[in-house]
Amino acid sequence: MTDTPLVIAGKTFTSRFLLGTGKFKNKKDLSDSIAACGSEIVTVALRRIDLERHEENIIEYIPAHVTLLTNTSGARNAQEAVRIARLAKASGCGNWVKIEVINDSKYLLPDNQETVKATEILAAEGFVVLPYISPDLYTARALVKAGAATVMPLGSFIGSNQGLKTKEFIQVLINEIDLPIVVDAGIGAPSQAAEAMEMGADAVLVNTAVATAQNPAVIARAFALAVESGRLAYLSGLPLQQLMAKASSPLTGFLYDDIPAN
Amino acid sequence: MMTFQQIKNILSDTRPESVEQLAQEAAQLTRRQFGRAISLYGPLYLSNFCSSHCTYCGFHSQNKIQRIKLEPEQYRKEMQFIHAQGIRNILMLTGESYKHTPVSYLKEAAAIASEYFQGIALEVHPMETGEYKELFAAGVDGIAVYQETYDRDRYAQVHLSGYKKDYDFRHATPRRAAEAGMRQISLGILLGLSDPAQDVFALYQHLTELERSFPGVEYSVSFPRLRTVKAETLAICDVDDVQFVKIIALTRLLFPRVGINLSTREEPNLRDHLLEIGITRMSAGSNTSVGGYTLLEEKEQDPQFDIKDERSVAQIVKLLKAKNFDPVFTDWRHIENSL
Repeated sequence: MTDTPLVIAGKTFTSRFLLGTGKFKNKKDLSDSIAACGSEIVTVALRRIDLERHEENIIEYIPAHVTLLTNTSGARNAQEAVRIARLAKASGCGNWVKIEVINDSKYLLPDNQETVKATEILAAEGFVVLPYISPDLYTARALVKAGAATVMPLGSFIGSNQGLKTKEFIQVLINEIDLPIVVDAGIGAPSQAAEAMEMGADAVLVNTAVATAQNPAVIARAFALAVESGRLAYLSGLPLQQLMAKASSPLTGFLYDDIPAN
Repeated sequence: MMTFQQIKNILSDTRPESVEQLAQEAAQLTRRQFGRAISLYGPLYLSNFCSSHCTYCGFHSQNKIQRIKLEPEQYRKEMQFIHAQGIRNILMLTGESYKHTPVSYLKEAAAIASEYFQGIALEVHPMETGEYKELFAAGVDGIAVYQETYDRDRYAQVHLSGYKKDYDFRHATPRRAAEAGMRQISLGILLGLSDPAQDVFALYQHLTELERSFPGVEYSVSFPRLRTVKAETLAICDVDDVQFVKIIALTRLLFPRVGINLSTREEPNLRDHLLEIGITRMSAGSNTSVGGYTLLEEKEQDPQFDIKDERSVAQIVKLLKAKNFDPVFTDWRHIENSL
């Protein structure tokens, strides 16, 4: 079965698995994981990029063919996200930016309204904007209007490994929004990544579940395979699930009571 | 939030298996929230002039020590030294003296620090919201202000004079800093001043109130244990290592995303083990004397407290890597601050 590639802002990707770079215990685990999963988009927080120290500069561990997606981690409002994105561009990190506006250090839930504002400003400045949101239809529509390149709804609380707690809401975005839907945050197991893809998500982004695993490269590969598998299942059309056995018709059986048995 | 009785019960259960259980749960949560990243920062003492008399502190106003306030060209030299070691987050400290280290002095220090550091925090005398706003605009992102003890009677006994005597003004300081836009606020208690269970409980309450009012701030907590100053005991800390480990672990369980700081007050062996349990930030290569990095010979120095971990930044980095931790030097990129 042939698939159309993932296209974001006119750029074509074969891999539908995006990797985050936080929480790894060392840079080697990170580069091994990137190699093992074949991810073509990797997100890095600008706040963690140490441009002065080569050994510690995370960017030096990301291969050249991989698209660097700088994120605005640490921004508490639209204005700060915009400043961080501009600074990233000025520091040579390119113009692909994942907008992350979080003004709650307890739940780390994104502020959708501020995210829309930042997206408007940055998209108008020529950035390729991938906004991270709590799945909400109106926000997603506003992001389309604002010029976002994708919509990235969260599956569950970031770092929680709880999977697709917001499944029904993500499904609405998949159905209604004409931009790639990238499920981001909360995906803790390859089976959950496959589930998101089976639903029709265009891609999945994982960080914690890979970075904090015993063997990150191995699980990174498992995630990539799960994403591929889920995608294939989606393309082939999943067989409809039978709700219950068809033994009798307790509600509608009466309709046929008069028909004489012969 | 747990009740005081629950916290007291947990802290008083010192059976090794309970301690281990608590530590295991805390370690797991820490890894999930923070991975194996440990942020490093360096302290820089700018001045030891102090108008407060706190019985446990080496800088207190009645103590006959050499009083020094660094001038810009002097602290620049100290900053260059700290920067050269790789540190990018700086915590600048002073004694509590409006007169000697006013906002104008701190603003200038912040401006010069921003030439060398990405993250700038202050641990100085409590100020008003307007002053914090000025400092925020000057590039300061974080404020550390410890209540020391939440036991009002004990507070009055150990804070004899000066601004620090005012319990309520100090207690409301994190709130004023948050109103001014500060990104990071650090709270703390000085273990050894009063009943640890009481103080831990009150600290948790303080933190919970702040989280409700200012959810966007990144909070961290510190649990310094009282130390000797030049080998002289000003007060005694009766919180042993078991209690200390339990306090760190319990804090992690109740506040999964809160940063937990550890200073060079603690001995290397304990520090190394605590990393696994819940610590997310530590100081490295520290000197706690004004001018201690480059300006004064060791025998001329008057430290605020005696350091137990004398390892250099390079040694700490090596150790962290050997233990499979990722030492993080930059966890903030300085942007123009405005509200």
